[in-house]
Amino acid sequence: MDSAVQTINNLTIGFTSQKGERISILKNISTTIKKGETVGIVGESGSGKSTLALAMMGYVKHGLYTISGECIFHSNNLLGMQNKELENIRGRKIAMIPQNAGQSLTPNLKIGYQIDEALRLHTDLKKEDRDKKISELLNKVRLPSPEIMAQRYPHELSGGQQQRVAVAMALAGNPELLLLDEPTTGLDVTTQAHVLELLNFIAKDTGTSMVYVSHDLGAIAQVSDRVIVMYSGEIVLDGPVRSILKNPIHPYTFGLLKSIPKLTSPGLPDSMSGSQPQPGTVKLGCSFYERCNLAEDKCKTNSPDLEFIENLNTSVRCFKYEDLIDFKETKSDNVKSTNNNILDNEILDISKVSISYAKQKFLEQLFNKIDDTNPTVQDINININKGETLALVGESGSGKSTILKSIAGLLKTKDGIIKFDKDKVLSNDLKTRDPGFLRAIQLIFQNPDESLNPNHTVEEIVSQPLRLYFGLKGDELKQKIIEVLEKVRLGEFYLTRYPRQLSGGEKQRVAVARAFAAKPDIILCDEVTSALDVSVQAAVLNLLQELKEDFGTTYIFVSHDLAVVRAISDRVAVLYQGRLCEIGPSKNVYQLPSHPYTEVLLGAVLEPDPDVKPKLVAEDIVEEKPPEQGCSFQGRCPRILGDICKNVVPPWQIGENGNSIRCHIKVEDLKKQQNVN
Amino acid sequence: MLLLVLKRILLGFITLFIVSLITFSGVEVLPGDACTTYLEREAYGAALEACYERLGLNTPAHERYISWAAGVLQGDFGYSLSGEMRINDVLGPRVKNSMVLASASILIGIPIALLLGIITALWRDKLPDIIISTVTIFSMTIPEFISATLLILIVAIWLEWLPGIVIVPTGASISELLPNIILPVIAISMIMTAHMARMVRSSVIQVMASDYVQMAILKGVPYWKMVFKHVLPNALLPAINVVALTIAWLLGGVVVTEVVFNYPGLGRLVIESISNRDLPVVQALAIILASIYVSINLIADLMTLMLNPRLKSLQIKK
Repeated sequence: MDSAVQTINNLTIGFTSQKGERISILKNISTTIKKGETVGIVGESGSGKSTLALAMMGYVKHGLYTISGECIFHSNNLLGMQNKELENIRGRKIAMIPQNAGQSLTPNLKIGYQIDEALRLHTDLKKEDRDKKISELLNKVRLPSPEIMAQRYPHELSGGQQQRVAVAMALAGNPELLLLDEPTTGLDVTTQAHVLELLNFIAKDTGTSMVYVSHDLGAIAQVSDRVIVMYSGEIVLDGPVRSILKNPIHPYTFGLLKSIPKLTSPGLPDSMSGSQPQPGTVKLGCSFYERCNLAEDKCKTNSPDLEFIENLNTSVRCFKYEDLIDFKETKSDNVKSTNNNILDNEILDISKVSISYAKQKFLEQLFNKIDDTNPTVQDINININKGETLALVGESGSGKSTILKSIAGLLKTKDGIIKFDKDKVLSNDLKTRDPGFLRAIQLIFQNPDESLNPNHTVEEIVSQPLRLYFGLKGDELKQKIIEVLEKVRLGEFYLTRYPRQLSGGEKQRVAVARAFAAKPDIILCDEVTSALDVSVQAAVLNLLQELKEDFGTTYIFVSHDLAVVRAISDRVAVLYQGRLCEIGPSKNVYQLPSHPYTEVLLGAVLEPDPDVKPKLVAEDIVEEKPPEQGCSFQGRCPRILGDICKNVVPPWQIGENGNSIRCHIKVEDLKKQQNVN
Repeated sequence: MLLLVLKRILLGFITLFIVSLITFSGVEVLPGDACTTYLEREAYGAALEACYERLGLNTPAHERYISWAAGVLQGDFGYSLSGEMRINDVLGPRVKNSMVLASASILIGIPIALLLGIITALWRDKLPDIIISTVTIFSMTIPEFISATLLILIVAIWLEWLPGIVIVPTGASISELLPNIILPVIAISMIMTAHMARMVRSSVIQVMASDYVQMAILKGVPYWKMVFKHVLPNALLPAINVVALTIAWLLGGVVVTEVVFNYPGLGRLVIESISNRDLPVVQALAIILASIYVSINLIADLMTLMLNPRLKSLQIKK
């Protein structure tokens, strides 16, 4: 059990900057992966965790090079090997499961061929045996009808299926060490929980050592025996999973854990200030100094070493770790409740809205009609009061972003009416919409890299709504821009910056500033935090909440992350395949009884706690379009009653807590059934 | 799939119909007509009337369009003015000559372009890339009339290896043509190859940086196998359309090169018939060039469809 599979000694990898400086991405990493062990490597983007995983295969990306150190595998240094030798190790002894399987499978080759390729390279099996093995592998990763699957091209599979194919491919050579680079990032919550469960099963079944790289502490908690926390290219904490996640003795890990919103504790999580330093900017002292609450003068000038603490079996890189060993968190610390001033004044009334992506036929275009009996989004009725935060939750394909686009006027509705401020009907078409309404409803997008024009400075970006809606000019405009930027905690200093010069969190702040500059009544937030690192996410959520309390803005908040939604929203609407399943005050939606779909979603949420396991109640099948009739969730429902669910659209029922559930099962029965589990 | 092909073919015919309308009305609205050009100073009175009568120009425009279009559909373009030859007889050898020149350039240029593009991409920023890239960029920037003239000067005049200009009759046989086309082919290939090699290079580099190539490396796929199985099929797909456009450009006559080398192809015919105001020939050329472009692009699109599994299954689903 204790024999090492791979030993990394003093590994430093870096690049040469344009100024000719040598900049390290990984600094002096030493660690050992033992046989049969699953090691989780956690860190935010830019911490060097993927570079480390790739180095474990002897692979260094174009532009980077090994400055010093070695990766020892079976007493050979992978980083000093020739390609010929590496070809015999990669895929055979050490295999990789990539982050985005969809982009990591070659598009012009069939699934079967790609697995067969690995088998041909790494085993001596004959053609017939290989075919059998392919089916066996696809079976092992629980893909239905392996023979048909093998004939498919990568794009014909869903995200979860692609990820399973990547796992099957990695297992083809019976590797001793499996490297997983964010294998579940980008998958839906239920799919993610299933893939993790599969990986756990494989680890037990094959005894393979695994290195699991992720930014998601929830996923890490589910699979790892040991956790390595990386910050700015260094290992800052390394120890058994329970001690790391339950009593983190490095201030970064401590802060990181506190910044994760949790289902069990409502309210906004604490945020860590600042962001990870760019490589090469910290020359002296501890790289976490700028963001550390415990920092003292010594930390500014001296870099702490990684110190092994015998009784905790943990290594830590901090001078002040003793302060955190006996730290007991008081419960109230973590809760910053939202306190929204919700007026009994309806600001948006969405009634009977259906949206179709069906292409209009020529005749329909003439009559401006859409003939689609099974539209993507159907029969949405939601009222939103002024000052409220309504969250739309669901997996990909649930129609949540589609509804936002229709409210913003970017997508025409098929049927139904959206009314603003009680009685003002919002035009279906952006071109005929009153400019006042355009100003009143602003959007913040998921990815600020794409929503901010890379050729505009921050000043130009924020000035646009001010000029367009208020006609400001000259000094007045500049004053206002600075005022708005200060509201999102960005100083005057940022005016001349371009988006590429900002960090992810800063970019999203600029996007928030742009939305608020229009003095909107409603802000539509489309997955605004999902592209951000956890610590930055908490900061942006807190900022959004403060601004809302200052301006009384109404939010419609779209997210797939139930914990984030729990933290920020007053009311939650759960969507499946473009149909509402459940809607109600958020504290009630997170309690029983729930719609069976809400139950499935809640069960799949991963808590950063190795002792809380997800409940997998439904299969993670992907449905391409909503069923023609009956309940939208019939295909995956674990509590399906029978024909009634297949033929009749379920009625709305009001639960005892005031949340509405759309299900054929009586609310009381739902509660009884769900309490059993 | 079949439906899609039919749809694309129909669309092609509509394009050609519109082109024919535009060229016909273009010729109509121009001052003067075939008879005034032909008769020159005698274009008045009985002679003009007789000419109109003979060429059928005294009927209304739409009737003439229909009879002309009907002729074109049957492969008959009518008569040219100069020498009153049948246009088919004028065009036939020209088309053949242009085909000879184009095919030679395609057969030599495209494989070289692919090869150079792939070499420069795989040895990116290394010596082979630096040398080839410098040469291709250099030959891309020199206009063809300069490179053609230089070629004549060096190869034909100083070295006296090959004839400088083509002095064979329009109807010469292919074997008579061959020694004459060497220089024009070199001149054309220089520019064409350079452009295509650059395109192939960037396409291959892009695919080499993709996640699936990294995955193939990490799977332990040997280098050349990875290049041929994982990289090239995906990198060359976008090149098909560029190749198609190049072929269409070549078949449509490489005007400048043909003029410089005095080559009797379509390109020179375009220049000649315009300067002679031989309007029926201009009309015929417009239709022929348009159909070359339409059909080659159609073939390219269908090839992309067939080779790209993503597009293929998309179409089948619909």
